[in-house]
Amino acid sequence: MKQVINIFKKEFGDYFVSPIAYIVISTFLLVTGWFFFSTFFLYNQANLRNFFSLLPITFSFVVPAVTMRLFSEELNVGSYEILLTMPVTFMDVILGKFLAGVTFVAAMLLPTIAYPIAISFMGQLDWGPVIGGYIGAILLGASFCSIGLFASALTRNQIIAFIIAMAICFSLFLIDKMLFFIPRNLVGIIGYMGADAHFQNISKGIIDSRDILFFISVCFIGLYSTHIAMQGKK
Amino acid sequence: MIQVESLTKYYNDLCAVNEISLEIRKGEILGLLGPNGAGKSTMLRMLTGYIRPSAGTIHVKNLDIANQDLEVKKLMGYLPESAPLYHDMLVFDYLGYVASIRGIEKNKKFSRLKEISELCGLNSVMHMSISEISKGYKQRVGLAHAMMSDPEILVLDEPTSGLDPNQIVEIRRIIKQIGKEKTIIFSTHILSEAEATCDRIVIINQGKIVADDSADNLKMSLGKESLINISLLNADIASVKKELDTIEGISSISQINGRDDKSVLSICVTCKGSSDPREEIYKKIKNTDWTIIDFHQEAKTLEKIFRELTKEN
Repeated sequence: MKQVINIFKKEFGDYFVSPIAYIVISTFLLVTGWFFFSTFFLYNQANLRNFFSLLPITFSFVVPAVTMRLFSEELNVGSYEILLTMPVTFMDVILGKFLAGVTFVAAMLLPTIAYPIAISFMGQLDWGPVIGGYIGAILLGASFCSIGLFASALTRNQIIAFIIAMAICFSLFLIDKMLFFIPRNLVGIIGYMGADAHFQNISKGIIDSRDILFFISVCFIGLYSTHIAMQGKK
Repeated sequence: MIQVESLTKYYNDLCAVNEISLEIRKGEILGLLGPNGAGKSTMLRMLTGYIRPSAGTIHVKNLDIANQDLEVKKLMGYLPESAPLYHDMLVFDYLGYVASIRGIEKNKKFSRLKEISELCGLNSVMHMSISEISKGYKQRVGLAHAMMSDPEILVLDEPTSGLDPNQIVEIRRIIKQIGKEKTIIFSTHILSEAEATCDRIVIINQGKIVADDSADNLKMSLGKESLINISLLNADIASVKKELDTIEGISSISQINGRDDKSVLSICVTCKGSSDPREEIYKKIKNTDWTIIDFHQEAKTLEKIFRELTKEN
């Protein structure tokens, strides 16, 4: 556990040493802020439903950009060799990097708390869906991070890692919107795989164990696949 | 200290290391030599647990690297080839990170960093980003990284590549100094370096050990015949052969001089085993009217041995 924290500290610190953090955070805030507030006053409703409904699609582009360097850069520079010959296990490395990614996503969401606070002055804001929305956002961010981490462990090229992760995340977002193409007996399973529906449930303020289980399963699969990818490199 | 048994590594169909067995004793400085692609780096990577061997076992202090790699990694410091470090980090931050991963306690961390930066001569670059410092300094940061926890075994992959002659001498000095108490394994293709620093030299070629001994013994073992070069004025090969052939211990005489200088006759005398017929040769020549302008015994260098052992068939 100590090693996880050491690796986490280093990875999280790295985000803010390089310009990536500032670019990604400002792009994220700009995009979400623009899309949310451009229609906010037209609806004339004091809620963040629009903000949260946009998150899955923005996350499927932004989170891969956050995670793409986690392994690819090390593989490219060769520091992967240094990392793995230090007394750390694969698990320490994966969890450390994963937590750094998730914490970064949380840090990215932090400034948006200004939105509900500002809105609560304008009208009667129901805090339930807002809190649910943020919990959902973290869960969604975490599962996308695990996918991004896996993609990053596959290749030494950050751009390829980004594209692979984005493709998987975007498919997860899109899959339950294409159910009419899918044979009737598969609809149940494929429908359950859609990340968007699970996220929207939570962001309505309904915290259902099925939705939480979905995100935890995605994280687990992502991290386990990363472990397999690392084993393959040995 | 380290037992390696029939270690083999295949990269797809390519056999990089082929059934190498080796025992490395405590306190030894072992130099791993070999031409490019001989399997040196692969060997070291397996020793440090970075890659898994296709077959064979490695035991470090009776710990099996396949099952107890975490324990083994704690005993080892490793400097990979060309020191691939995190570019964005400051030298100080990087070494601090290594110190905490290596489990150095917080209150001792700063003094350890100070100690190691002094030992490796890093004081002037501690505040700089790793991408800004020169190759030689990167190599030193890598060395500091490897020595951080004062490990019992140091594995260094070409520690002096890319350094200037002064730095090379400096690094050799460090290796010699720490090698008094530690076991050091390093690879190099600079033979004089191996000769100057190692207690034991292992030469590998195409994944197999072709020699394993101290530098002196290596030179002796291959010195089955010695060569004497002589240059003479006013002599011709036929009469020289006739004169010297009677001396015991000489197996053959051949002419080696080029065409340009016909007045000088250069010959190469091959002598059997440990016989040294120089005195006899001199006495013979003294009785003739030839003039000696050069007369020396050729020493077998490590370079020659290396070339003989690793040349392509």
